[in-house]
Amino acid sequence: MTATVPNSIGAAQAGSPPKDRGGAARVVAGGLDLGQTASAAGLEAIVGGIDPRLLAAQAAPAAPGSMSIQNVSCYYGAHLAVADVALEIPGRAVTAFIGPSGCGKSTLLRAINRMHEVIPGARATGSIKLDGVDLYERGIDPVSVRSKVGMVFQKPNPFPAMSIKDNVLAGLIIRGARPRGSAADELVERCLNRAHLWEEVKDRLKKSGDSLSGGQQQRLCIARAIAVQPDVVLMDEPCSALDPISTLAIEELMRDLARDYTVVVVTHNMAQANRISDITAFFSLASAGQPGRLVESGLTADIFSAPKVAATRDYIDGRFG
Amino acid sequence: MTATLTTGQPGPALAHDAAATLAASRPGLARRVKNRIATAAVVGAVALTAVPLALVIWAAVERGSARLDLTLFSHSMRGVVGQGGGLLHALTGTLLITAATAVIAIPLGISAAIYLTEYAGRARLASLTRRAVDIMVSIPSIVAGLAAYALFSLLFGPGTRSGLAGAAALAMIMIPVVVRSSEEVLRLVPGDLREAGLALGSPRWRVIRKIVLPTALPGLTAGAVLGVARIIGETAPLLLVAGFTDAMNYNLAEGRMATLPVFIYTQWSAKGLDTAAYDQRAWAGALVLMAVVVVLQLAARALPPQIAKIRRNR
Repeated sequence: MTATVPNSIGAAQAGSPPKDRGGAARVVAGGLDLGQTASAAGLEAIVGGIDPRLLAAQAAPAAPGSMSIQNVSCYYGAHLAVADVALEIPGRAVTAFIGPSGCGKSTLLRAINRMHEVIPGARATGSIKLDGVDLYERGIDPVSVRSKVGMVFQKPNPFPAMSIKDNVLAGLIIRGARPRGSAADELVERCLNRAHLWEEVKDRLKKSGDSLSGGQQQRLCIARAIAVQPDVVLMDEPCSALDPISTLAIEELMRDLARDYTVVVVTHNMAQANRISDITAFFSLASAGQPGRLVESGLTADIFSAPKVAATRDYIDGRFG
Repeated sequence: MTATLTTGQPGPALAHDAAATLAASRPGLARRVKNRIATAAVVGAVALTAVPLALVIWAAVERGSARLDLTLFSHSMRGVVGQGGGLLHALTGTLLITAATAVIAIPLGISAAIYLTEYAGRARLASLTRRAVDIMVSIPSIVAGLAAYALFSLLFGPGTRSGLAGAAALAMIMIPVVVRSSEEVLRLVPGDLREAGLALGSPRWRVIRKIVLPTALPGLTAGAVLGVARIIGETAPLLLVAGFTDAMNYNLAEGRMATLPVFIYTQWSAKGLDTAAYDQRAWAGALVLMAVVVVLQLAARALPPQIAKIRRNR
């Protein structure tokens, strides 16, 4: 059963160049496969005699939905929880945040769609750019940020007062833009299909989401998140409350989602990070109460086979925490 | 019993030993006697609590059912001095005043609860509101009646009596009940549902309207119904500000309006020559009022399963 996961990863990576070329270059190559504008840029670069890798180093990443985190620090009141993170998140790929508890990876994840500041007293500084637009710029509405950057939580949380169908449509219903008739049916089917849940629930769309298993509920939450057409899907330990079979289903789904969305996932499961992610970012903290910091990030294969920092190696080998 | 179980020796002979210890662990006589006494005491206490309820129901049924006829529900007391007459005017008044009270108290109470749970955080106004609610719960109902009387006298001239004034007095009693129950129910709505709503890119007030309130709706309804049950039997404030009349009055804004509790009181306290007729009407009124309250309580009881489900899941 576990064999299917590496297979699906292999498939996702088939179109990509070898992993040793550096994250940014690979992103551009990914963009060449996917986007018209990206391939035009690449062509220009080649015609101009510029190495595409160099272009990638200079210019904005090509795949849509790519993010650039710069100087981001997160606070709870006066307490500094995450200090000065700089990280490039490639578009349409899976990026995993790993690290010990309290290292701020979930906090940083919540800062990406400005959910961090929902907690009273919490705030974040620095800049997080999505396709070049700074989400923390003055005048940017956090509500609109969240519709572009969706989120899936640790515990499956379908809305209990809504049917399965309405859960998928929830984002639109809450905004007072409930689609009706065939438009609604199509959207529901498309999102549930996308979340690998359609076949299991198509006969009971009117039932409450409570009637589903934990793994199904989590996939329903993913369908709900993508129904509002975000560019990025953030997942905060989405499998930690699930059994291995459900976890496997979600992992396959994450790989699949990365074809259309930028996926950022926080996980405590090292093997999972290794299986599903293209990029891994390792966070750690000096000691309890100290702010969490980004220790190292890079291609997942590199991080897991040849980490540059000793702390990363210790953590991955299980000699830490 | 569990203590003897844990002292069992581990090892191959465990099963046999355990059986032996279990057999020997039958409670001693002293403990069995104590157990009997305690059980009897508890059951007795329960029975004792139920006795007054049974007595009240029995008395009302026994004395009131004689007048539980069609005339009771089709006639007012207008022009009636002896036998006959009905409580239609009082029943109508009770329903109108209760409805008006609910219309005032439920939106205000739920709004206050929404403020307290969703917006206030640790704000000063929140603790002030909570304290005010606590005090309002313990306000004697006659004081609420006096307050409404004073208010309406100031606004519409001295001695103004109307159904609306009664509703205002009752709302003062009902609002804190609704605030408390609604706050409790809204706190039961898991925080991660709010987060999920916010993360879908929607403003907070819409999350409250479309997620929090629908999720809490059964509990909110139950709280509102309990609030209604609390005020529907109030007598003192209505005696003061709604007054009493023998005739029908459908207009909340003007004139005295009879209600069931006040009807019972006046039938009992101001008997005419044929005292039996007045007594019977009073008891019949009590029976009708109790029936209304029981129906409301049952309705409230029938609603909460969804809230219970939330509590179980989280």
